[in-house]
Amino acid sequence: MRIETRRRWAIAWLTGPAYLWLAVTIFLPLSAMLYFSFQKKGPFGKHASEFSLKHYEAFFTKGYLQDLMWRSLEMGFHVTGLCILIGFPAAYWLARRIRGRWREALFLLIVLPFWSNALVRVFSWTIVLRPDGVLDRAVQSVIPGLPAIDLTDSYPAIIIGLVHSYLPYMILTCFLSLQAIDESLLEAARSLGARSWTILVRIILPLAVPGLAAGSILIFVPVIGSFFEPRLLGGPKGTVIGTVIEEQFTVVSNWPLGGALSFILLAIVLLILAVAAPVLKNHMRTT
Amino acid sequence: MNQARLTVLVSEGAGRLWLFLVLVFLYLPILVLAVMGLNDSVHYTLPFTFTTRWYEDLASNERLLQASFNSVAVALANTVIATILGTMAALAFARYRFRGRTVLQLLLFPPITIPWLIIGTSMLVLFFWTGIGRGLHAMLLGHVALSLPYVIIVVGARLASIGPDLEEAAASLGATPFQSLVRVQIPVMAPGIVAAALFAFAVSFDQFVISYFLAPPGVSVLPVEIFSAIRKGFTPEVNAISTIMIVISMTALLLFARLSKFGGER
Repeated sequence: MRIETRRRWAIAWLTGPAYLWLAVTIFLPLSAMLYFSFQKKGPFGKHASEFSLKHYEAFFTKGYLQDLMWRSLEMGFHVTGLCILIGFPAAYWLARRIRGRWREALFLLIVLPFWSNALVRVFSWTIVLRPDGVLDRAVQSVIPGLPAIDLTDSYPAIIIGLVHSYLPYMILTCFLSLQAIDESLLEAARSLGARSWTILVRIILPLAVPGLAAGSILIFVPVIGSFFEPRLLGGPKGTVIGTVIEEQFTVVSNWPLGGALSFILLAIVLLILAVAAPVLKNHMRTT
Repeated sequence: MNQARLTVLVSEGAGRLWLFLVLVFLYLPILVLAVMGLNDSVHYTLPFTFTTRWYEDLASNERLLQASFNSVAVALANTVIATILGTMAALAFARYRFRGRTVLQLLLFPPITIPWLIIGTSMLVLFFWTGIGRGLHAMLLGHVALSLPYVIIVVGARLASIGPDLEEAAASLGATPFQSLVRVQIPVMAPGIVAAALFAFAVSFDQFVISYFLAPPGVSVLPVEIFSAIRKGFTPEVNAISTIMIVISMTALLLFARLSKFGGER
């Protein structure tokens, strides 16, 4: 009995501080936000608390908010899709065709930019994409006389910046699942006469689904919640649901509306995770 | 040369070219950023004329210096707190099987997966409401919360690879639990702890979103300062400070990679 009590104390002392911290800084704030999203007004001045659904109603009655949410989702699909198209072949080559120290070095090179500040990387794209910037100059020198390329404040600029930010995630997760494929499986297929294309579609792709799914979630979720990338790279054209939520807190001080929109966004994220979870689980079991 | 051999060569070349292009895409803007920090033109125009004046100007830019100091101070405090608390929790998970263990481990995911925008604004709401307020202390509260899950996962992975054998051996040879902790467990955990600390430092040093919502006017950290510079107009000085930031965080990751044997089966 004494050992059992001591054990309990040890667990409480070891985990208590970390989880108390998380409670105060993550879970309490989310609860406070949920509470205020159902209030008529934010915590400014003296007024009695008053339950209200009007901020949730606002989303369903104001068309432009739904448009912006849709725009954010669309942005998420575009960025995730491009990351798959660019990242999967790169991950495949790295995982299956390159060996030894080279692979290690290249892998590190691909994840390294991740660790430079996201904001700084967005800033660097504003310099590359500006008129008379590096991209413009490079294109002009190859094909002179082409109209000037100015991607400042445009949707493509936002997409380029976001793909740049999140591409390493896709390469990383695809690399991990591709690396785990047993070579003898592919040899067996080859010896039975399967063509490279068949092997890719019937064996490699299905086995890479967990990596593709994990990468997609890791990219899609932060992209639909992004705000400073669209703001800095898209300018006036960069309004998405994320920038609207930000404005409720930094400019117009309508915290309840910001909270309601945040929770609608979070609900969509959870819905996506719920849909993706069985896919991930099934594949984990079969592989 | 036969047909099959040619196909292999072509696809081999295409694959390498693709990887090379991906690397160019990832590094080009960062290189441009660094090079323009060494270029004399305020308007980022070519031809390139080498200068170190933007770096020299940094030395007299009070705002940026203060923000850098704040950034480093918050990141260091964050590293110490998150590493200690996280290592403790990781030890509990590695040593004990208890009710609620799985739930506690699952609770590590919300701070990683919920968009920072939502976490940051929620913190703003609660801290304002309860009187904790905004400022460096609030940022520290937030940064530790974001770092903890990573520390617990990284140290936990190291502990899992060690297993309980050493601890049992120490106990059977008569070490007290304290001796076992200090003389046996902490030394074998050390690479994991240092790796987690570097990770925690980078999480805080690079964190923009949380800091942005918790920064009151007049108090800022580097990323917040850079953000307002980008919006209000900037000079290559911002490139200079950005380059320094990139070098610092990339060095942290390289050290982390060495310590945690990350990304390769050595």
